[in-house]
Amino acid sequence: MKKIFISLAILFVFIIYSAGIRHQVPVLKKPSSLIATTAPTGSSTTSGTSSAAATTSTGSSTTTTTTTSGSATGSNSSSNSGTFKDGTYTGSVADAYYGSVQVEVTISAGKITAVKFLQYPDTHATSVVINQQAMPYLEQEAIQAQSAKVQLISGATFTSQAFIQSLNSALSQA
Amino acid sequence: MKKTQIIMGMPITVEIVDAVNTETIDSVFNYFKVIDEQFSTYKPSSEISKINAGLPENEWSESMRLIIDLCEQTKKQSSGYFDIYYRGKFDPSGLVKGWSVNNAAQILRKTGVKNFYIEAGGDTQVSGMNAVGQPWAIGIRNPFKIDEIIKVIQLTDQGMATSGTYIRGQHIYNPHNHDQEINDIKSLTVIGENVYEADRFATAAFAMGKGGINFIEQMPGLEGYMVDSDKNATFTTGFKEFVVNNA
Repeated sequence: MKKIFISLAILFVFIIYSAGIRHQVPVLKKPSSLIATTAPTGSSTTSGTSSAAATTSTGSSTTTTTTTSGSATGSNSSSNSGTFKDGTYTGSVADAYYGSVQVEVTISAGKITAVKFLQYPDTHATSVVINQQAMPYLEQEAIQAQSAKVQLISGATFTSQAFIQSLNSALSQA
Repeated sequence: MKKTQIIMGMPITVEIVDAVNTETIDSVFNYFKVIDEQFSTYKPSSEISKINAGLPENEWSESMRLIIDLCEQTKKQSSGYFDIYYRGKFDPSGLVKGWSVNNAAQILRKTGVKNFYIEAGGDTQVSGMNAVGQPWAIGIRNPFKIDEIIKVIQLTDQGMATSGTYIRGQHIYNPHNHDQEINDIKSLTVIGENVYEADRFATAAFAMGKGGINFIEQMPGLEGYMVDSDKNATFTTGFKEFVVNNA
C-alpha cells in the first residue's frame, strides 16, 4: 500500500512537472515601442571624409551618424562601469532561436540614452517559412516581349536622387 | 486631360478622362509637393531630415506619427522585411510613395472624378475606365530591357506597384542581413486593392528574395508577378485574371 502511494506520488509530481515544462513557451518580450529616439547628431564620424565631397551637390542628407558594426555587445555594458564613448553602436546579430535579435545603443554624455531593436523575433516568421515550404509550385514562364497597346507602364523607379544616393555610397567606399 | 510633373525626384503623371478644369489636376500635383516638403530625405528642411538630425519625438507632426504607425504595422505583417531604419537612418519612403498616390486618388474621387489614373515612378492607382471606355492597360517593364513590355495587365479600380533593382542599382536590401544584396530576383510587380497595399508589400516581398512571391500568394487581396535573374517569371494563382492576352 505504501509503495503504491509513493509511486503514485512520484508519478503525480512528474506529471505536474512535465505539464509545467510543456506550457513554458519561450517568450521573448517584444519592445513596447520599436521607434526609439533617433540618434543624436554630432556623434563621431569615422568615414566621412570621402563622402563629404559627394554631399556638396546633394545637401547634407548623407552626413548620418556613424554606426560601428558588431563592436558593442550587451555584455560590455554590464561589465563595464566606467563611462562609454559617445556615439551609436550596433550590436552583432544574435540568434534567439525564433529569430534574430539586434540592438542599437546610443550613448551620449557617457550614458546609454536609447536602445533600439533593429531586429527582433516575430511569431509570424515561423508561419511565413512554413508557407514558403508548402507552396513551392507556383506557375512559371519564360518572360516574353508583348506588343499590346498600354496606357502606362509599371517598373522600378528611376530617380535622379536615387542615382546620386547610389553614387555617394560608392564614393564613400572609394 | 493628362499632365506630367517631376516631383519627389520622379515623374508623376495624372490622366483624367472626365471633363475637369486644370485646377482639379493641379490640386493633385500640389498635394505631392506638400508631401515632398515633409517627407523628402534629401531636403534639409523636411521633417524627415529634422528627425534624423534629432528632432524630439513630441515635436513630430500628426501625419508623421501616422506614417510611423503604418510602417510598424507593415513591418509586423511582413516578418520584419519592411524596415524603415537603414543603418540607423529613418527613411519611410518605401511606404510614403504608395500612401501619397492613394491619398491623391481619394482627393480626386472627392471632387467627383471617376475615371482616371495617377502614376508616380511606376506605382499606379487606376480608377474607372480609360478614354475609350475600356479597363486601363498597364505594361510590366522587362527588367532586362527597359524599352520592352513583358506583360499587359488590365485594371479598373486597383493599384499596382513594381519593386526592382534594375534601374536604380541595388536599392533594396534584406533588413535581416544588411550586407546581403538581393540579386536572385530582378523585379516584383504586385496588384492590390489600392496602390498603398501594392507598394508596401511589393517593397517588403522584394526584400525576401525568391520567397517573396510565396509571401504575396498567401496575402489575401494581393497578386504578384516576379521576374528572376534567369529571365523566368513566377506568378500567383490569381494573377492570370488580370492578364491581357498578347494580340
